[in-house]
Amino acid sequence: MVERTSSARLSPRALRRYSRHLLIPEVGLAGQERLAAARVLVVGAGGLGSPALQYLAAAGVGRIGVIDDDSVDETNLQRQTIFSGSDVGRNKAVAAAERLRSLNPLIAIDALPLRFGADNARDLVRLYDAVLDCTDRFPTRYLISDACVLERKPDVYGSIFRFDGQVSIFGAESGPCYRCLYPEAPPPGSVPSCAEGGVLGALAGIIGTWQASEALKLLLGIGEPLIGRLMLVDTLGANVRTVRFDRDPGCTACGVRPTIGRRPLLVSDEEPSTSDVPEVEADALDEVLRDAFLLDVREPHEAVLGSLEGAVQIPASQLEGRMHELDSARSYVVACRVGVKSLWAVARLREAGFTRLQHLQGGLLAYAARHAEFDFF
Amino acid sequence: MRVRVLAFARLRELLASGELTLELTSGARVSDAWQMLAGRHAALEHLANSTRFARNGQIVPSDAPLADGDEIALLPPVGGG
Ligand SMILES: [Zn+2]
Repeated sequence: MVERTSSARLSPRALRRYSRHLLIPEVGLAGQERLAAARVLVVGAGGLGSPALQYLAAAGVGRIGVIDDDSVDETNLQRQTIFSGSDVGRNKAVAAAERLRSLNPLIAIDALPLRFGADNARDLVRLYDAVLDCTDRFPTRYLISDACVLERKPDVYGSIFRFDGQVSIFGAESGPCYRCLYPEAPPPGSVPSCAEGGVLGALAGIIGTWQASEALKLLLGIGEPLIGRLMLVDTLGANVRTVRFDRDPGCTACGVRPTIGRRPLLVSDEEPSTSDVPEVEADALDEVLRDAFLLDVREPHEAVLGSLEGAVQIPASQLEGRMHELDSARSYVVACRVGVKSLWAVARLREAGFTRLQHLQGGLLAYAARHAEFDFF
Repeated sequence: MRVRVLAFARLRELLASGELTLELTSGARVSDAWQMLAGRHAALEHLANSTRFARNGQIVPSDAPLADGDEIALLPPVGGG
């Protein structure tokens, strides 16, 4: 008699696709299910992001966010193997997402054609289980590390220059961060980027792939992750070394008296503290909406990213003039992008006599992050 | 005393070598090794504040002492992606 493996989370088709993972004892069915439930954000769809994204998608990571505001240039094709010539001129996040969806239709991809900036860093990082730093700008590297420290998410770091690469994991529990290793950014112009100094294309493949491997290890909880260790890859000498480094008690991000995040660098620090507004968790929204309407108060430029069917859309900036379009006898779940403006909107509506109000915790971003079928971005 | 220096990324290029040996007086610190190299290669100056040092496989502050036979890795920041 043949016994078939079955899984609550993975379809027979998925089990077949991932069978070479299922054969590894360290992964197996339980590990593959963990990957299917995992959410990873890849910042930068360039030389490092190309291999990292493709291996994470092929491995069956259930939700992958890819954020990049840049567009594909012909000079990228020497190393950014996720793109083809016909992608030149397209946004990188959008083009990469398209490729990843065809590579693995069983997973969800969030295409974020935005800049990862101080205004959205923490909100985005919060929605994922791990972040890959595949950027090519020092300020963004510090921002990723800081946001990961504040949100307690691991930052799987990779960087490259000509023939040399670095890999490490920052922001892990009790582990050091990027600022523990490099407290201050180098003076502008002293360290050339790939665009300025050039890079061996295959090195991007090595380092980005190593980042994917470290991320998979973290998600699976196996092996010895590169926490507190910096891996140095020298392709010319064909040497790989690791050096150890410790958390710095004086670190401005993760030390004893951190200053990063204590000033209003990141928008989430300005969130209203607590409120008596009933909250709907993203997971429960579908159920709640059987007896309530969704009131979407995002501004039009935010709403172009996508919206929920049947939602009433009134931007917060127009709410006071358009309240008459709403019915105070009805129940509304008020939602914005991240769950901040919605609290403000609830307060205005209450003043106007509305009582049956709830607000969507974490906003529509949180909802999107939990719904594989919903490519909200 | 004699220490072995490994240079990475941009510093390998500026020093025109990935590996070299320095002769230092006893009691020298990591920063003395760096000063000796910076004296020979003026271009090292702009990486002075951002380069980290590993002594025998462990990142240490620049005032860490050196002993005969130590290996120092010079690790400038690498930012490309
Ligand atoms: Zn730190």
